[in-house]
Amino acid sequence: MTPDNMQAPVLRDPAASRAQPWRTAGWLLLPLVVLVGILALLLIAKPLERLTEGAPPVELASIERVRLTPGLISLSVRADGSQPVSVAQVQVDAAFRSFTIDPPGPIGRLGSARIDIPYPWVAGEGHTIVLLSSSGVPFEKVIEVATATPVWDGPTLVMLAIVGVLLGIAPVATGLLAFPAMGTLGANGIRFVLALTVGLLAYLFFDTLSEGFEQAGKALARLRGPAVVLVTMLVTAGALTMIGRRHGRAPEGVALATFIAFGIGLHNLGEGLAVGGAIAAGEAALATFLVIGFTIHNVSEGFAIAAPLVGRKPRFPTFLGLAVLAGLPAVPGVWIGAQAISPFWIAICFGIGAGAILQVIVEVTSMIARRGGAAALLSPAVLVGIGVGLAVMYLTALFV
Amino acid sequence: MEGENAVVGQVDHARNGFDPHEILTDWDVGEVSIDAQGRRVREWVVTAVDKEVEVAPGVMFPAWTFNGRIPGPTLRCTEGDRLRIVFNNGSAHPHTMHFHGIHSWRMDGVPYAGLVQPGGTFTYEFEAKPFGCHLYHCHAMPLKRHIHKGMYGSFIVDPDPSRHPDAVAVAESRLLGSARNAEWQEIMICMNAFDLNFDDENEIYAANTIPFAYQQKPIRIERGRKLRIYLFNITEFDPINSFHIHGNFFDYYDTGTTLTPTLRTVDTIMQCQGQRGIIEMDWSEHEPGQYMFHAHQSEFAELGWMSHFEVV
Repeated sequence: MTPDNMQAPVLRDPAASRAQPWRTAGWLLLPLVVLVGILALLLIAKPLERLTEGAPPVELASIERVRLTPGLISLSVRADGSQPVSVAQVQVDAAFRSFTIDPPGPIGRLGSARIDIPYPWVAGEGHTIVLLSSSGVPFEKVIEVATATPVWDGPTLVMLAIVGVLLGIAPVATGLLAFPAMGTLGANGIRFVLALTVGLLAYLFFDTLSEGFEQAGKALARLRGPAVVLVTMLVTAGALTMIGRRHGRAPEGVALATFIAFGIGLHNLGEGLAVGGAIAAGEAALATFLVIGFTIHNVSEGFAIAAPLVGRKPRFPTFLGLAVLAGLPAVPGVWIGAQAISPFWIAICFGIGAGAILQVIVEVTSMIARRGGAAALLSPAVLVGIGVGLAVMYLTALFV
Repeated sequence: MEGENAVVGQVDHARNGFDPHEILTDWDVGEVSIDAQGRRVREWVVTAVDKEVEVAPGVMFPAWTFNGRIPGPTLRCTEGDRLRIVFNNGSAHPHTMHFHGIHSWRMDGVPYAGLVQPGGTFTYEFEAKPFGCHLYHCHAMPLKRHIHKGMYGSFIVDPDPSRHPDAVAVAESRLLGSARNAEWQEIMICMNAFDLNFDDENEIYAANTIPFAYQQKPIRIERGRKLRIYLFNITEFDPINSFHIHGNFFDYYDTGTTLTPTLRTVDTIMQCQGQRGIIEMDWSEHEPGQYMFHAHQSEFAELGWMSHFEVV
């Protein structure tokens, strides 16, 4: 929230607003001063020292990403705990190995370092890496199937972009082809299609959120991954709703379709990350399944985007733009995912995606209510539509 | 560049208070005196010390030690000597010194005989027998913990040539300080390991505690003298350890209690925990250079039990 928002109620009363800002600021300082006092007491007087003295140091570290290039394993390590973590030795496959660490020396709390281990890793086989801290704590990372991390060269980017297009744009565009058929529907049919959209989106919302939690679980506990996913989800939903209603009315028609396409686009960015990550993790066979699965799955996303356009006459470029908006983010998703980025950032991406989907669920639902009254939300057409939407998404997800 | 199987950096031997190269040959013969019956008496004072030991470059291990070193002092004596080991417990935990040898139960250094509480002391007294390559270790409970924390050392009883008229020359060659013994180059190697995170699995294996110590700086071997290795295995958690030499073969005396080899012309032997023996090998015909020796469990070798002889 910005300071402007916080002052908004005050500004509504012009008489009170003149002398207030200084007094408000002054009173805001009071809790700040008390907080500084408490922190100073904790850090200087050390009332908890008796509790912590003699307690062994807590060392935590997580190996956030592994990059494999010919003859070299590169790790990105993030540290946590009560003191900086010194990586004293490195073992690969239960053998001590020479290595370099950058920056040299201990890794501070929440700091990170890159460790390079020259090692003749074998493509298609598993490897286990253990970092030994100065107090002998081992931090382990298992590479299930070793495969070279894709490099950012032209042919690789093109290949990965094709994966992204197949994954994102193609199925969404295919789904949009259902638009003419939707035009023949009556009021009840349109309500059903809108409810179907809500169901589709609700499934995507749960799916995105749980993907976010899964990634959040791989990050350091102190980064509070699951909370970050929820916070980014709510902030995104709030911000997009505000933007959508900036002219004082709810988005409908092309505007609503655009928001749906945007939310789905963010979701597809997440799917791109998953496919790219599978390629980076050496699960290329899995990546093929993921692409086939997501392609089938994403066709229904096209229906969702087309639904608010029923009864209007959008031009062809609009459809093209919507397909690109919903599908293209899969391409950078695959690119980024293939680089094995930190699970924390992936979790935040999923949080943003879930928030964007939540916003369109709210808007489509409110559109149904506006058109047919609140009672329409509980009509058979709507309930069946939501149910069918959820079921279709679940069933097509089984292909993934 | 495919990197090396190695540790990065150097252990600070001065801070540890012991150097694996000095441990090879620092025989501790004790204070020698003659008692009223005219028998030779050897006396040692050994103190248990809790100590942080750098067991690999930059990796500290909260060890329990005899005299602040791992392995503890190499106690060397002669068959028939009266031995007195004054054991002071300066550690925060109860400990014992349990000697492998022939002695009374009262001198066995087990929980019911010779257990020393922190700050306490006990004197183990017995005759040095049988001759051989033995060891001592703490036998307080829990035994696994007390052993893998570092409480062990070598106990070598040289044969008394006068008791072996059939093999005087051989016995003399084993008797420290004799003219025949000077024709030999003798070293002590303890095969040990460390479980850094107390999960009952070792992260580090070594010859004399420091992984790759004799790879970073090989042991110098003179071709003119035959090589005798007093070898013992105290590795916890793994059932066996082994010794394998490159480019040569050796004779082996299991437990060192015989004057003729128990195995002839081998290049690999294995020992269970507590087993030990004497290796004798000849380098006189060899081309000078580096010759590897290591555990023939590849895992142990790559985790630190990898060494070199520099034959000159």
